[in-house]
Amino acid sequence: MSVLVFVESENGSVKKSGFEVVSYGRALANNLNVPLVAVTFNLEDSNALHLYGPDKIIAIEGKSDAYFEAHPISTTLASIAKQEEASLTVVSATANGRYLAPILAVQLAAAYIPNAVALPEAYSPLKVKCNCFSNKAFSYTESQKDKVVLSLATNSFGLIEAQKTPALETRTLETASQQLQVIGVEKASGTVSIADAEVVVSGGRGLKGPENWHMIEDLAAVLGAATACSKPVSDMGWRPHSEHVGQTGKPVASNLYIAIGISGAIQHLAGINASKNKVVINNDPEAPFF
Amino acid sequence: MKILIGISCVPDTTSKIDFVDNNSQFNTTGIQYIINPNDEFGLTKAVNLKQETQAELTVVTVGEAQVEPILRKCLAIGADQAIRIEAAPQDGFYVAQQLAALCQKQQYDLILVGRESIDYNGGMVGGMLATLLEVPYVPNCVHLALKGQKANLKREIDGGIETLEANLPLVLGTQKGLVEEQDLIIPNMRGIMQARQKPLEVLPPAEVATATRDIVFEKPAPKGAVKLVDVDELIRLLEEEAKVI
Repeated sequence: MSVLVFVESENGSVKKSGFEVVSYGRALANNLNVPLVAVTFNLEDSNALHLYGPDKIIAIEGKSDAYFEAHPISTTLASIAKQEEASLTVVSATANGRYLAPILAVQLAAAYIPNAVALPEAYSPLKVKCNCFSNKAFSYTESQKDKVVLSLATNSFGLIEAQKTPALETRTLETASQQLQVIGVEKASGTVSIADAEVVVSGGRGLKGPENWHMIEDLAAVLGAATACSKPVSDMGWRPHSEHVGQTGKPVASNLYIAIGISGAIQHLAGINASKNKVVINNDPEAPFF
Repeated sequence: MKILIGISCVPDTTSKIDFVDNNSQFNTTGIQYIINPNDEFGLTKAVNLKQETQAELTVVTVGEAQVEPILRKCLAIGADQAIRIEAAPQDGFYVAQQLAALCQKQQYDLILVGRESIDYNGGMVGGMLATLLEVPYVPNCVHLALKGQKANLKREIDGGIETLEANLPLVLGTQKGLVEEQDLIIPNMRGIMQARQKPLEVLPPAEVATATRDIVFEKPAPKGAVKLVDVDELIRLLEEEAKVI
């Protein structure tokens, strides 16, 4: 028996959500009294993970460090999960983690419980608190299978130090099928992505036009923050869709969310509710945010 | 070319979320239902593709009789036929297996589902369905162009866009950006009249099991009182109390 966690990395460094998933896994493994196995993908140096207490680290080595190919990664993880007799596999509820988890759950004949926000209330059967209704409610969801794949909502569990010296292993990535190929990735360089950001600065229609966006960008640059916008702003083409946060856009779970000139419609609130602190700048005292 | 579009029927985005029966059931009283927005982007894309490829569009939902108006709306938007699998959608795995059973009988070239439903936010039906059918899955899809049996795709990732190429058959998780919000189709009277004549088939569910069960729901603690502060106080609060800057 073991707990398995999949650690996401980017450009050779572990993402914050990757540390969170190891910390969460450590707590699960302690509660179940089984070892914690952390699986990394294209991460050369996993030393940074030792602080959060994995008993073993298995590094999946792929051909390229740029692309996240969910299908071969899932097949590799499934074979590791079998080898390690994992009863519980945890991924981050990021875009990539949520891509991986349902595929893996079917491959492992496991139940998939998405968006967990806390440690399970019970283990047999597993029962855990999860986000649902776009952060407007929580569900306590129970597994009907022995094996479970969980995705952990980002910025929900936090980090707990538990230094260990883990055993190290490597694995080769299973061959990708020819049915699906990643051709390339374009990333905006030098900017922080909304998913990874500690601070998000978001602008709405109150900014009057795209020509005023330098104010949002300047503030974001000072704070090391990601920039975001409300739905009308992306619909009017002032900002790209990828910046739209809200119920039908991207979810935000940052430590600080700054909304400037956004009234806070219910759909917007749904997307940003998971943020810990919210600062709202608005000259309308009746804005729903207030 | 045959395209299947999976439709989830969800509470309108402005709905007040409440629970009944000791918080074990979603309170449907007074709730307006809509096509799940992520599914509607996929449906609209399929209607656009129909003009290019003469594809045949089937919408499918797993649901009881009260969801039929939503399927009629899909037909009015431009789907050719609708299928309702007569069962309550108990969990994502249950729905994925129902769709897989349908797909094994009818060979679809392209299957579009929303990247997630806006109610339970599982985001699992597409990935599970594709894996059950042993075909590729691409979620968060913001671009799709077909060339014969190949598809050029873009997937929105954290902080960027990934470009992919896939062979059909294929399952995609659709979202805003695949078509623009202003290009969503509002059914006109002709579409609504035609929709009444289009076939809506009711199929019995496949005998499959669920994987999870929602035992009880809880609403988040009411938010703290809003503090109205000046700039100096804001900076102090952020630095000293929240410790976020």
